[in-house]
This record gives sequence, structure tokens and C-alpha cells, in this order.
Amino acid sequence: MDVSRRGFLKLAGAVSAGSALGGLSMARPIHAYAKDLPTKGAKEVPTLCPYCAVGCGQIAHVRDGKLVNLEGDPSHPISRGRLCAKGAATYEMTVNDRRLTKVLYRAPGGSDWQEKPYDWALQEVAKRFKATRDATFVEKDGGALVNRCDGIAWIGSACTDNEECYLFAKLARSAGIVFLEHQARL
Amino acid sequence: MTNHFIDMKNADVIVIMGSNFAENHPVGFQWVMEAVEKNNALLIHVDPRFTRTSAVAHKHVPMRSGSDIAFLGGMINHLLAGDKIDRDYVANYTNAPFIISDKYAFTEGVFSGLDAEKRSYNPESWQYEKGPDGKSKLDPTLKHPRSVFQLLKAHYSRYDIETVVKITGTRKEDLLFVYDAMASTAVPDRSGFFAYAMGWTQHSNGVQHIRTAAMIQLLLGNMGVPGGGINALRGHANVQGATDLAVLFHDLPGYLGLPAQGAHANLKEYLDKGPKAGFWVNRPAFVVSLLKAWYGDAARKENDFCFDYLPKSKGEHSFQQAFNVMAQGKIKGAVCLGQNPMGAGPNAGQMFAGLSKLDWLVSVDFFVNETAEFWKSNPTGGLGHKADSAAIKTEVFVFPAATVVEKSGSFTNSGRWIQWHEQGSKSPGDAKTDAVFTIRLGQELKKLYAGSAEKKDRPILDMTWDYGEKEGEIPARVLKEINGYAVKDVLKDGKAVVKAGEQLPSFIFMRDDGSTAGGCWIYTGVFGKENKAASRKADKPGEGIGANLGWSFAWPANRRILYNRASADLAGKPRSDRKKVIWWDAAAENPDGKKGKWVGLDVPDFGATMAPDAKPSDKGLFVGIGGMHPFIMNPEGRGRLFAAALKDGPFPEHYEPVETPVDNVLSKQKSSPVAKIYKSDKNPLGTPDKYPYVLTTYRLTEHHLAGAMTRNLPWLAELMPNLFFEISKELASELGIKPGEMCTISSARGSIKAQACVTDRLKPMTIAGKKVHEIGLPWHWGFKGIAVGDVANTLVASVGDPNVFIQESKALLCDVKKGG
Repeated sequence: MDVSRRGFLKLAGAVSAGSALGGLSMARPIHAYAKDLPTKGAKEVPTLCPYCAVGCGQIAHVRDGKLVNLEGDPSHPISRGRLCAKGAATYEMTVNDRRLTKVLYRAPGGSDWQEKPYDWALQEVAKRFKATRDATFVEKDGGALVNRCDGIAWIGSACTDNEECYLFAKLARSAGIVFLEHQARL
Repeated sequence: MTNHFIDMKNADVIVIMGSNFAENHPVGFQWVMEAVEKNNALLIHVDPRFTRTSAVAHKHVPMRSGSDIAFLGGMINHLLAGDKIDRDYVANYTNAPFIISDKYAFTEGVFSGLDAEKRSYNPESWQYEKGPDGKSKLDPTLKHPRSVFQLLKAHYSRYDIETVVKITGTRKEDLLFVYDAMASTAVPDRSGFFAYAMGWTQHSNGVQHIRTAAMIQLLLGNMGVPGGGINALRGHANVQGATDLAVLFHDLPGYLGLPAQGAHANLKEYLDKGPKAGFWVNRPAFVVSLLKAWYGDAARKENDFCFDYLPKSKGEHSFQQAFNVMAQGKIKGAVCLGQNPMGAGPNAGQMFAGLSKLDWLVSVDFFVNETAEFWKSNPTGGLGHKADSAAIKTEVFVFPAATVVEKSGSFTNSGRWIQWHEQGSKSPGDAKTDAVFTIRLGQELKKLYAGSAEKKDRPILDMTWDYGEKEGEIPARVLKEINGYAVKDVLKDGKAVVKAGEQLPSFIFMRDDGSTAGGCWIYTGVFGKENKAASRKADKPGEGIGANLGWSFAWPANRRILYNRASADLAGKPRSDRKKVIWWDAAAENPDGKKGKWVGLDVPDFGATMAPDAKPSDKGLFVGIGGMHPFIMNPEGRGRLFAAALKDGPFPEHYEPVETPVDNVLSKQKSSPVAKIYKSDKNPLGTPDKYPYVLTTYRLTEHHLAGAMTRNLPWLAELMPNLFFEISKELASELGIKPGEMCTISSARGSIKAQACVTDRLKPMTIAGKKVHEIGLPWHWGFKGIAVGDVANTLVASVGDPNVFIQESKALLCDVKKGG
């Protein structure tokens, strides 16, 4: 029996078509058929697994700005193309109906979310940030200059990039925040 | 990690303890298997549970959660009593010969200097004894009764094998198997490493767990060699980087330390209180460069480079403390960004109490997580989450975030490799990167404070914050700032070695006069002329020791194996051909015409041209460090078997967890006298009469931490849908619990429901003559997502290590009842 790839595809097609028809009939000519790979025509972009700190390499396949596939990077010296269950599911973190795409707002005592424009929300947060900072700022304590904002906590994160962490520290410290923490103590 | 993942292939003995490596870091684990398969390495897994790591190990050795220091202390005793140590290494490269003050004492589980009421030590009596010349006294023969070596021997002589068996519940022959396996690496030709994770850290004396292992590695000469070291298996993609860049209350980027109220009134005081010898003498240059990076032209010599702008800490501002203070109504606003305290924080009741008291809360994430929606009741199939929405006045803003594949930037992995990722797809809707969110928040604040004449607002107004208009270019611009650049020509001996405006090639060019700026000195070199984080020149597979110097950039200075000077002997020759890393090449020519430099398979963790016979100098980059001192960050240049810097003793000592079913076999001091116990009505502690079983928490392959990044993904939710707990067949039979049955697990803090997984993987143990049962509980679940379940952290106490304040979630007390 011819079990070359082409032959196998024909046979597989015959079996499934045959099963659908309720028997092994060859009523129609059977053609080899393979769907285009989802990565056809997509750009390959090197990225990293977002889960643990092994630092596995991933290749993102991107077409028209959209993620179409994500898999292990075979040229990565640590991971050598492999991914674990979480790493292999990374695609679904990005392409996911449950993802937030709008700002949500919950009023004090409110029972549900409201969608809000991003810029409005950012400005409202900045106003509250300033008001709380101004109200809780300790410039001097026991005569010592301490420039401390005791009333705001900045929590996170070990899931963000180095560059982002640096910006958090720079902004938080400049605002006087001392309750600055990420997951390292958990 | 002192070493890195690929380096694991070079090991001869591997002890995984406090980690389920195979399930929690599966892809990194291939390097363990490579060592087993290609290097004939012996693999041992020490863990209360039998896991997939145990399944592929040559030996699984069970022990009781919370008894690790007794287990490892017994190993120190075994090595010392049997003279199974690397004696040359210990004598030359550790502080074993140093004489300790005659005021140092250790009695009944307590070190000298304890203030029992304040629960803190005064470490004054833990110091080196000084001679009339002010220098530390040494006894190279190691025989002085107050030498570190003799004190170490005396301290751990109490950890005899019978005592250790009583505490750990481990069989004597199993202990000896592990001890002798590690002892086999005491020769220079062999190496072994410890790999650990939260199983070691999440204890009321977690730091001392890691120290005990580090001391063993020093005794065995396993630090600074291929296949050696202490390898932390970190659980978040960038937990290393977030720590390096100091998103932590006590620090500034590059481990410079946040100034403290009372100790650091001005820059001079802050710098003068730093180390006077070792590579840290360069700290002033790193500090001033950081201030120049943050405050630009406003930072000038005459105003202390804006040192006043930095907040001064007052006591502890840790994560646990933050939520304690929040529940008291003292913290009014919080930004939770890429973090989910309602699921991840110890003592979920305390988290809820804190969040409920906030005026405003910001959550930035891909999904609505438990923290964002803490104010709303939600069923889980367990006991569920209950909240009185109308009574909770917290205003909540949730901002959609970009995923990793939607942005460029760098992560630092567990092996300190700073790796770059490129942006692939575009973010949907209003989702933005955390960098864009933060920069825009900063810009809004600058607008709101514009024109303010108040001094307190200068830091926000003077902060350099221009990262350009193009969002895609922000990360590279920020990394360049982190790396550092020359503000003016950087001079050496009157000559410009880096021109104004150029990127710094190395931190040795940083200056304390304001001529350089740089956000994190240990990262300098990552973006000199080019972005080396994005460098992709891997070694040929199987080649050499796997250093991969052309792939990414490892901090500091692209070094892959820390302390690698210790792989060579006093004369600079490799101590073993099989384990060589760097060596002294006396004939090598240097650009300045002088001869001799360190060469080899890695970037030297040492002065590149400092000869092995160089005498310690009182000036230069390496004050006090001689050519034979590999541990350049310590003023004495040696690895510390005795360390005065810790809050809970210069030697690790076994204490029972804060909640324990047994007494301390070793001393009258039951649990650590300085363990942090947070006072709160949400934090009652349990006793074994009501909560008789030990509970330990753990993680699964299919889920990530508090679960927002996995329980919202259909594939992973389907693979691991329900919260369960592991219980031994013996205990299940005693309690009449059948496999799959829903049960209630309670601690003094609260209760959850979970399905029973009745298994042989856990066994009852005999501890000090008493039968002790232990149950295992994965902690990823919460009330938001596709896969939902009760929050395991409901059970965990607000208890912390005195050094780093991490909670004790690896050993606490619980009760289990069928039904619920």
C-alpha cells in the first residue's frame, strides 16, 4: 500500500468521507487536501514566555498586527523550542474573549461596573493620587526631613518588564511612596 | 541564582529541596535531566510530597514541612564531624579562620543580644574580633576556639543524626544518603548544587534556609564552579528584574538601599554608612548616577544631587505591613499593577479588610481579577466570596493592560539573564503597556503640580520623564537610561574615557561627581553601544560549559557564574581541569602595556588584571581585596560561614514554624524569637488541639500563582479545573474521607472547601514520638475566571520572616472535615 504523505492524506480523506456516508464507498474522486498553516505569510517575532522565570523563548506569528500563532523558539539555548503547559497556552492569554479592552469603573458602594474612556479615568486617578498624596504627605518627622507619602501603596509587579519596573520605582519614589512592593515577598 | 539553567548540566550531584522543579519549571528541568543522562549526575529530591520531580529522581527523601534547617544542619554536622569538607577552599576563601568577639554566645536556642519584648537582636556581639591595628583577627589553623570554624562545629554538633531524625521524620539511612552524596562533591573535581523555590522561602525563618545551603556549598567548595552554587527557581517571568530594579520598599535600583529616617539625614551620611572595603566602596558613584538619571540637571553637587527628594523609610513598609496599615485606614489609595493581592496575599481576610478601607483602588491587568472585584459577592463552587457591596466605599478603576507579546522590553530570568522580547501583535481596544500607563500617569501628575511652589512637589516636577512620543520606542529608551550614559566627558587620569552623551560600557565608568547618569548600576553594559539583551548568538549545542556569553546579557558585567575566581587556586590556576572557569594568564598583554589578566570560559567575577598575588590596596575599585579573595562584594573578600548581617542570628538555627504540632527538640525556644507576627483581629494563631494537621501550600504546572493569567485561559482551565487538596490514605481513612469528596479545611483565620485527592504521595510521619499528618494544598484558585474555587490564602497567617517579611505558607496548622 502506498503510505507516502500524499497517499496517507488520500486514505485519511477516504476514511472520513466514507464514514460520513456510512460506508467505504468511493462515490466521488478523493483529492489530497491540507489546510494552509495558520502561520502562512505571518511575520515571526521573538518573544518570551510570561509565566515563570526560566526565560523560555517563544516565536510569535503575527499577521496584520494580529497574533495568529505562538510556539516555542527552537533557537533559544535554554528552552530549545520546548514549552510547558502554561507556556504552550500563552496564545490564549492574548487572543481571549475575556480580555479587558475598556476601562471599567466602580463607584463607591456601587453594585456593578461601568465602561469609561481611558483618558477620563487616567485624569481622575491622577486627581485622586494628588489629593491623597497632599493629604497624607509627611515632609518632616521628629524634625527630620523625610519626604514620605504614607497614604498610597504601589503594588506590582514581577510580571512586568524591567523598563516598566524602573518607571514604577522612579515615579513612586518621586511621589514619596514607601509602600512600594511586588511579589518577591510572597 | 549564582549559576544558571544551562550550567546545571555540569553538576555531579543535584539536591532539589523546597521545590517541585519538574512541575513548576518543566522546561528548565531539562538541564537537570541533561546532567543525569549525560553527566551521570545523582539526582535527589527532598520534599514532604512525592511529586513528578521525585518520580524521575534517583531518590525521593520525605521530610516534614518546616524542618529543613534541622535537615541541612545535620548535613553540616556530618561534613564537619567526618572531615568531609574542601579544606583548602574553606581556609582560604571563607571566613572560617576569623575570630569572633568573646561576647558572642548561644544558649537554649537564643543568640546573644536578644530583646525578647521587641522581638529583635542587637548584633553587636556577633562581630569579628579586632586586633590593636583595627584589623580582624584570623587563625589560619582554624583551631582557635572562637574561630568561625570552631564555633560552627560546636553549633552544629547538636544536630546529630538521631536528633535530626526526631525533628524531620526522615529515616536515618535516607539522611545519610543525602549527606554522603553531597559530601562526594568536596573534591575540586566534582560539583553539586541545591535548587530551591518557595518551599525554602515561605517560612518564618526562610532566609536562614537558604543560608544553610549556601554555607554547605562553601564547606564543599561548590561556589563559583560549573554545576555548583545555589539556584533559586523563581516563579514570575521578571521577579528577578523587579527585585533588581527595586519595586520593593527597602531598596533602590541595584541594591543601593532606601535611605532611612534617623540614619540618613543627608547624602554624606547615607554614603558614609556604606561598606568601607570590597567592591561596594564604589557605591557613591552608583548612587549619584541614579540620582542624575532620575533628576537630571536639577541634581547638582551643591544640593546633594537631590538626595532630599528620596523618601526616608520608617520601619517596615512590606507587603504584609501595607495591608495591615490599610485595614487601619491609614493607606487611602492603592495601585495594583500586574498583581492580585486578593488571591496572592497571605491571609485573604486581611487583604479584604485592607482593600475595603481604601478610598480608591487602581487595578491594571489583562482580566478583571479578584482584587479588582473584591467588593462583589461571587460563588465558586466552594464557600465562595462574600462582600457587602453597598457598604464598601472603595472607588475602583480597572485599566486594560497589554500582554508581553504586545510590547517590547526585557525580562531578567532566574539565572540573571536580561533577555529582550520584541513587540508582535497590537493591543486590543484601550489596552496599553504598563510603561505607557505609568508615563501618562506621571505626565498627568506633572500637569497637576505645575506651578507649585511647595518643596514637596519638586521631585515630581524635576523628575526626568521624557521618553518620546512613539510608544514602541519607549522600552529601548528606558533601558538606555537604566544602563547609564555620560552626562559630561568621563575622565580617568585626566583623559576622557567615555565622551559626553555616550552610553556607558561598564559600571566601572560611573562617577560620584555628576558626570554620569545611570538607573541601575548592575545592569550597566546591557545597552552600551547596542542592546545586548537582544543579542542572540548562542553557543553550539553541547559546547563547553554552556556559558552562552553571546546570548542576552547576564548581570553583572555578563558574568554567568558568580564568584568564579573561586574556581582557581591561590596562584590563579584552575583547581580542577574538569571544573575550570577562569584562570590567571601571566603572559597576556593588556592595552596599557602591563602583562597578566584573568581569562577563561566566563567573564571573570574579579578585577580583570588583579594578579593572584596582589596585596589588598586601600584605594581603587577593590579596596581591601587581595588577589586571592574571590568574594569581592564582602569587605573581607571571603564567603561567610558566620554572618552578622541577618536579623535572626549569625548561624541558622532550627525553630518550629509559628504554628506547629510539636515542641522544638533542639531547644526550649519553640519558634523563632524574632519571627514577625502581625497584630490584627484578622490574624488569630491556631493550636494543635483545634488544628491538628500540618498544611503546606504548593503550585501546579497548569496554573500560575493567583491564577488570573491561567484560570482565564480555556485550555488551562480545562486541564486543571477544580481546587483540590492532597491527603494521605491513612488520614483519609481515619476521617472517613473518600477520593473526590468535598471537604472543609480550616485554620484559625478561616475555612475553604476543596475536593480530596487521597494519595500515597503524602505519608504520616513520626515527629518526636508523635504521629503527624500533613496535607498539601495548591493555591491558584479564586472567584474570577473560568476555573473558580476558594482562595487558599484564606487559611494562611500574617506571619513573616524577620529579614524579608515573607509569609509562612509552607507550614501552618489546619483541620480537615468531610463535607462542608
